[in-house]
Amino acid sequence: METKKETIIKAARAAFPQTIPILAGYVFLSIAYGIYMNAFGFNFLYPMFMSMLIYAGTVQFVAVGLLMAVFDPINAFVLTLMINARYLFYGISMLEKYRVKGIRGAFLIFSMSDETFSINCTANIPEDVDKGWFMFFVTLFNYCYWVSGSILGGLFGELIEFNTKGLEFAMTAMFIVIFMEQWLKEKSHSSSLLGLGISLLCLIIFGSKNFIIPSMILILLILSLKRELFMEAGESK
Amino acid sequence: MTMTVGQHIITIAMVVLGTMITRFLPFIIFPADKPTPKYIQYLGKALPPASLGLLVVYSLKDVNIFTGSRGIPELIAVITVLVIHLWKRQMLLSIAVGTITYMLLVQFVL
Repeated sequence: METKKETIIKAARAAFPQTIPILAGYVFLSIAYGIYMNAFGFNFLYPMFMSMLIYAGTVQFVAVGLLMAVFDPINAFVLTLMINARYLFYGISMLEKYRVKGIRGAFLIFSMSDETFSINCTANIPEDVDKGWFMFFVTLFNYCYWVSGSILGGLFGELIEFNTKGLEFAMTAMFIVIFMEQWLKEKSHSSSLLGLGISLLCLIIFGSKNFIIPSMILILLILSLKRELFMEAGESK
Repeated sequence: MTMTVGQHIITIAMVVLGTMITRFLPFIIFPADKPTPKYIQYLGKALPPASLGLLVVYSLKDVNIFTGSRGIPELIAVITVLVIHLWKRQMLLSIAVGTITYMLLVQFVL
């Protein structure tokens, strides 16, 4: 029997390599975010606390604009719900996996991001690694990357030289690889194709700012009305 | 800045609240100690691949094929990732090569 300490260290060791692309992407994006707020005259405490408490990239950038506009908390609330509605999908997808008790379980849900979700949803966790701790460390590492980058950008904004153009593609590349891994292991591609196809269609019709909600509604509708097509979706070969 | 610090805090609190609702709602509606409805169980299984597809499109949403470099660097980098990953099946390698390809393209070529 291994001790609890060994279990935890093993899980952290298995989790870290999975988060390396996110380390690159998050640190880059969050430093950019800190610099962005710094440039508008906000103290570094703003990006720091916003990253710690909100921890959602898109909405944090949008919130900077809200903070400089006329005071309108209801608008801030509704806009946030719309931008982050996709988290509802992740929550439903992770209902079983995130049933971890106590603070650790609450932290998994509190810090669920696009990137953390995609890793925890699809990672092939080795048999001898504790799944709860593995997901916890993926979540924790990503959270730390994001928060520390925001502080760095907010503090040393002006000093950082910007020759990292294009580094943000690390995130896109990771989503593509995760999608491919899902594709290569699944029995039926119906749900993957549905997600890709509907989102692309809605992007063309509604544009990049408004396509998420219609995509979600259409995906839900089709999954609900055509259940027979998706019975094997999500099952491994 | 037109807002007071107090108004800043309220605005940020609303964004925090909105974000947390979207994260916690499914877990609050379907708690662990009650059986999850069959329909939601089905969605829990069928939804992840579609969500991953949505994420791929989401991460490429700002590519404009009509202006600037017309999405050519993105297209080349995406194809690079696909080919390298099908060939080697090593996640970090595929992501690294794809990202470096993209950075070289946007910084020096296109």
